[in-house]
Amino acid sequence: MRKKLAITGNEAVAYAMKQINPDVVAAYPITPATEIVQIFSQYVADGEVNTEFVAVESEHSAMSATIGASAAGSRAMTATSSQGLALMFEMLYIASALRLPIVMPEVNRSLSAPINIHADHSDTMGARDCGWLQIYCENSQEAYDSLIQAVRIAEESLLPIMVTIDGFIISHAMEAVDTFDNKEVQNFIGKYKPAHPLLDIKHPITIGAIDFNDYYFEHKRSQIEAMNNVEPVILKINEEFKKSFGRGYGLFEEYMMQDAETAIVVIGSTAGTAKVAVDNLRKQGKKVGLLRLRVFRPFPAEKLSKALSHLKAVAVLDRSTGMNAYAGPVCTEVASSLYTHSDLPASQQAGKKPKILNYIYGLGGRDIFVEDIQKVYVDLENVAKGEKTEKLINYIGVRE
Amino acid sequence: MPSLKELSKEKESLSGGHRLCAGCGASIVARQVLLTAPKPLVVTCATGCLEVATTIFPYTAWEMPWMHSAFENAAATCSGIESAYQSLKKQGTLPVDANINFITFGGDGGTYDIGLQSLSGAMERGHKMLYVCYNNQAYMNTGIQRSSATPKGGFTTTSPVGKVKPGKEQSRKDLTEIMVAHNIPYVAQAVVGDWRDLTTKVQKALSKDGPSFINVLTPCRLGWGCAPEKTLDIGRLAADTCFWPLYEVEEGVYKLTHKPKEKKPIIKLLKLQDRFKHLFKKGNEALLAEIQEDIDKKWKKLLFLCGEKSE
Repeated sequence: MRKKLAITGNEAVAYAMKQINPDVVAAYPITPATEIVQIFSQYVADGEVNTEFVAVESEHSAMSATIGASAAGSRAMTATSSQGLALMFEMLYIASALRLPIVMPEVNRSLSAPINIHADHSDTMGARDCGWLQIYCENSQEAYDSLIQAVRIAEESLLPIMVTIDGFIISHAMEAVDTFDNKEVQNFIGKYKPAHPLLDIKHPITIGAIDFNDYYFEHKRSQIEAMNNVEPVILKINEEFKKSFGRGYGLFEEYMMQDAETAIVVIGSTAGTAKVAVDNLRKQGKKVGLLRLRVFRPFPAEKLSKALSHLKAVAVLDRSTGMNAYAGPVCTEVASSLYTHSDLPASQQAGKKPKILNYIYGLGGRDIFVEDIQKVYVDLENVAKGEKTEKLINYIGVRE
Repeated sequence: MPSLKELSKEKESLSGGHRLCAGCGASIVARQVLLTAPKPLVVTCATGCLEVATTIFPYTAWEMPWMHSAFENAAATCSGIESAYQSLKKQGTLPVDANINFITFGGDGGTYDIGLQSLSGAMERGHKMLYVCYNNQAYMNTGIQRSSATPKGGFTTTSPVGKVKPGKEQSRKDLTEIMVAHNIPYVAQAVVGDWRDLTTKVQKALSKDGPSFINVLTPCRLGWGCAPEKTLDIGRLAADTCFWPLYEVEEGVYKLTHKPKEKKPIIKLLKLQDRFKHLFKKGNEALLAEIQEDIDKKWKKLLFLCGEKSE
């Protein structure tokens, strides 16, 4: 039966995991993702899932055991956050290169030092190039839905996927979440049929052989191609999801973008706050819009730049820092994609690229308010009018 | 217990043509373990000589399903595979319905040091798996660096012999006893060169409904500086000098599986290996005596634990 539940982000994630009913979950607790593991353990203890739960001694072993379980031919999941993801770092590359369709909820939290348990995107942005798909969710509903979609996306593309929510802001905040019937979820995800399970003793295979300079590059190239080909898979599965459940999500969400002259690009829960800012400014007649990037890997460069190239100015909000990289990680990629893609003919592109500003905000869970975002739109308006920008990278809410 | 003749008729599970050195003990250990283990098997390896030399893409020497993921996590990887097996077996969805035995191989680097945490975790969680450490007492795959299994006085490239240092200054870690402390059903020490002892232990280990661990001492001709044809002799001498006593701890009960007829002095073993040659130079007499004393002390303790009379 479909039910509307008042649950937190972590509860929504754990509930989706229960309905996915993976064969193996190997996980280690870490704030603010701990509840996912706790709640799921209770499902196991109550016999509500068929899952073999492996209470490993670290996140490195969590990912290692999940890799083993997935290679064995089972549907395998884990969940983590922050330092846990950092400890898994080595194994993230191995999961993706072995083409294992592991699904992992990730609760975004800052990285030490200084130690801090609150939201920012340093953890998953650090893992952005490890060959995992990344979906950043705005709220619990989207996390619940995305996790169910993620199973299909991973298994069709043979790529691992992390579905993220902002620590505490989403993980610990209660929302109304529309949930599906167990059977509906099972019907949607289907039975997992691995092509080459390690446990098929009649067809023995060697997994994890050593490649030298005569093969490594080709294996990496084919892995890149799998990432290149996954965008239509994500969109196709989303369409099927829409048909089954009446809701869906694109690679990104455009809010009031149709006639916008300036816009903010943001990922995660801050999009909700930014939408209020847009509504307020629209009431004042300002032509402002918002683009919430949802799928960061694969990076939808072409579609994204086309959605932005008509604007006069764009501000990209980053909840992590590049530490003297060109800009924050989201801004760097948005700016690069605008440089190489446009919906204007080449002859008309000169001087027509939108001006770009980058705002680093919310590190270590520092709050961001509607007024902060409205100020960004004021900056954008000034830049659009031709005012010179002093700095590419700006900071919101920090004492200097 | 199969005879050597019977074992020789078994189908090889580790095929020839791999790139391990002539005289390498690791392949002998792996072959003996695999020949004896009840089939079917699924094998996991930590990064190390055994792994790199047997799976150079597009070749593999492994005749059964085999997996390597990284260096420090062979036990964790195997625990995931074994958990998938338990889950699918319970649900009746195994690709082939069979009672699979799970074996993991790791060198002393991947077992004593970087992999100790994941090994401890897997043993504590009680996965039904046999972990075999092929212990050549240093990081041989990267070029002979010290490990916590390297004995005192041993030369390695990171515990070199110099003007003021006589090789490794610390005693080796007793990993077998650490595994005993995990209260798992079966723990043993074995040595390359005593096939009957090793294969008996493998069979006992895999008969247990839980985790088991066998620590097999095996020379590395490059790292130990010994003749490749002496691998098995050196292994046996390690047992006869009580440098590496052969014993088992089954369900918590200690048992000596080989009592040397005559306990040989340690210098006999050390003299066969270049890694100890500096110990025989003037000025290192005290260190040599200390090494012998240490062996005697540990042997006495082991005899006591095994309920044997002290010599």
